[in-house]
Amino acid sequence: MDALALSRLQFAVTSMFHFIFVPLTLGLSVLVAYMETRYVRTGDKMYLRMTKFWGKLFLINFTLGIVTGITMEFQFGMNWAEYSKYVGDIFGAPLAIEATVAFFLESTFIGLWIFGWNKISRKVHALSIWLVAIATNLSALWILLANGWMQHPVGYVLRNNRAEMVDFTALITNTYGWIKFFHTLFSGYVIAAFFVMGISAYHLLKKSEFSFFRASFKIASTFGLLSSILIFGVGDFHAAEVARTQPTKFAAMEAVWNTQRSVPYNFLVLPDTANERNSVEAVGVPNMLSFLAFRDGEAEIRGLKDFPKENRPPVMSTFLSFRTMIALGMLFLLISAAAVFIAQTGRLDSSPFILKLILCSLPLPYIAAQLGWIVAEVGRQPWIVYGVLKTSDAVSKAVSSTQVWISLTGFTLLYGLLAAVDIYLLTTSAKKGPDNDLSMIIQSARAQGV
Amino acid sequence: MEFQIIWFILWGVLWAVYFMLDGFDFGTGMLHNFIAKNESEKKMILNTIGPLWDGNEVWLITAGGATFAAFPTTYALMFSYLYSALLLILFALIFRGVALEFRGKVDASAWRKGWDAAIFMGSSLPALLFGVAFGNIFEGLPMDGAGYHGTLLTLLNPYGLLTGALFVLLFLVHGSLWLALKTSDDLRQRTEGLAKKLWVILLVAAVSFLVYTYFATHLYTNYLNSPILLIVPIIAVISLLLVRVFAEKEDYLKAFYSSCLTILTVTFTGIIGLYPNLIPSSISPAHSLTIYNSSSSVYTLKIMTVVALIFVPIVIAYQIWMYRVFRHRTTAQDVPGRNEAY
Repeated sequence: MDALALSRLQFAVTSMFHFIFVPLTLGLSVLVAYMETRYVRTGDKMYLRMTKFWGKLFLINFTLGIVTGITMEFQFGMNWAEYSKYVGDIFGAPLAIEATVAFFLESTFIGLWIFGWNKISRKVHALSIWLVAIATNLSALWILLANGWMQHPVGYVLRNNRAEMVDFTALITNTYGWIKFFHTLFSGYVIAAFFVMGISAYHLLKKSEFSFFRASFKIASTFGLLSSILIFGVGDFHAAEVARTQPTKFAAMEAVWNTQRSVPYNFLVLPDTANERNSVEAVGVPNMLSFLAFRDGEAEIRGLKDFPKENRPPVMSTFLSFRTMIALGMLFLLISAAAVFIAQTGRLDSSPFILKLILCSLPLPYIAAQLGWIVAEVGRQPWIVYGVLKTSDAVSKAVSSTQVWISLTGFTLLYGLLAAVDIYLLTTSAKKGPDNDLSMIIQSARAQGV
Repeated sequence: MEFQIIWFILWGVLWAVYFMLDGFDFGTGMLHNFIAKNESEKKMILNTIGPLWDGNEVWLITAGGATFAAFPTTYALMFSYLYSALLLILFALIFRGVALEFRGKVDASAWRKGWDAAIFMGSSLPALLFGVAFGNIFEGLPMDGAGYHGTLLTLLNPYGLLTGALFVLLFLVHGSLWLALKTSDDLRQRTEGLAKKLWVILLVAAVSFLVYTYFATHLYTNYLNSPILLIVPIIAVISLLLVRVFAEKEDYLKAFYSSCLTILTVTFTGIIGLYPNLIPSSISPAHSLTIYNSSSSVYTLKIMTVVALIFVPIVIAYQIWMYRVFRHRTTAQDVPGRNEAY
């Protein structure tokens, strides 16, 4: 493999690994902040124990999100120097703003939250986790505005052999970026909800700490159902935005080969990429795809054959990832609805099947999120910036394939080790259940009169 | 003032503040295995940086982000030319972060020993390599129109290594002064003694660096042209001497502040010498990366200036507040039974 292929593989490995941890951070920070707020408001020690238990899992996960994020920032320059030179004028800004506005806030106040239990008042302590939650979500916004620009570049002109920013407002009001932000945010919330529900289900099945996990499950199931509904709504807008701005990606997502009007939505499709057609197209709803894409059942959808072959993304992986993601999204809606039902009707001790199902579903939202990124990034190919710069022109000239082999091997080994440690710590802490010994914290909190 | 110059100064400030803050984390991480006599002391040491290291490290992320946004060509070439060195720094920083957070999560001595080694590597390697990298930037990189003509090994030249050693020593002194301020009892006395001993070696390294810089780089040209600028290296020398003066008086707070000032001014001594270059070329001056030929458009620089002027002061304010919340010494009583700490 050449340096280009290896650099792409390395970016895929490191960003997908990074994105195992980020979405849980997005959602779990909000849930932990909510739990701590309940504790401050009610003084109920169960909420303090919830904050500590879920907070511990949050921190194990958070650490890996932070350290793998440094890689992302370095890698643009290390492996994609031509890209960085060409678009740095406009793409660098949201990254630098992210660090200044959000990442500082997150990293500073997480330290206060971890170490500040006995040093600040309860209210300020709860405020610090809210600041962490807000900052991580804000962080995601700036990163996704940057990615949104790669998907649908706006606010620039090509000048001096590069893309120069001429309209900052266009960059930060890019609809594509905002939709992507909410889509990512809610996917993180779904992941966090399934994480908390799954671990709670494990303990509910074992009848350990029943009231503690019943309360956790209730919070997470409501949060999960809301997020599953919202992600569906946003996802629909997202697909329509793709249809409007990235016709090749949309055609690949839906395996549309020929340009036509009034396109039906086929529930069963199998693309035959070699012959540029679909070998199976069945169970169709007339006009539905045209309607989903352009809110008009008779609208024309441009097919892949309308574009030169070298400008088309890989169809099979984009199509399958998209379909599977949608199917999983529907499943999350059903599962979280069932979860809310058993939680709200007091059936948590008599629904072992649903609880087992929920436990087994814990990894599924993670898979859906990864598939979503495959659609976003593979579907954008061969472009690194849609319509502006090709991925093949973006790779560093000074970096040899040997160097990338070494770094890719290094990342794989290092990340493999970290993954093993992380899974070990998460499973042992999750199985152990909440700590009973909170005497120290409560005593010293009393001593300080808070 | 031109926006390129504003961003050149800000670029320097971000790196200087990063070295000043993460410097004592690195020093602490390098020392903790050797100066602690037992597990309780190790925990005490790690807990002094526990709440702070993450916020300190973001200055690096911001320095990187600012380089990207303000000087994209420099960001692109610096990061791709120094690929292997940066990869090592990256791995080391990943290890350090994970080690600090995970070390206390399992109560087993083999687990802790493994992470202790990671903390040492994760602190010493970046300290050394940042020095080596900046030493090489001060000298200039072998680059021309055809690209870069060096490898990881060409970075390890005598001047680069001396700058690396200088950074390591600066951070060791900085870290031991930090521990003298933040730990208690017997441990505190040992770190106080260590700070004084290390200072002597640092002085030797600093003098060698200043002399060698004259022969290995063009950093002094700007000072010869505008002698007023010499105020910066003079402050560096005075504050380095003050470190020892205050340490003798047992005033470790002032000694630590002097050490902060030393790191800031040493960094700026180099930055001022570089101007108007960000990375000079050692083989073809026409291919040096300057603040003009590698910068973003003025429009982008303006936007970024507004962002920086609003948010950097806010960051500084809440970080100072953080340091005040955690101003007290860590004692042995702080460590056991606090499962949220390290």
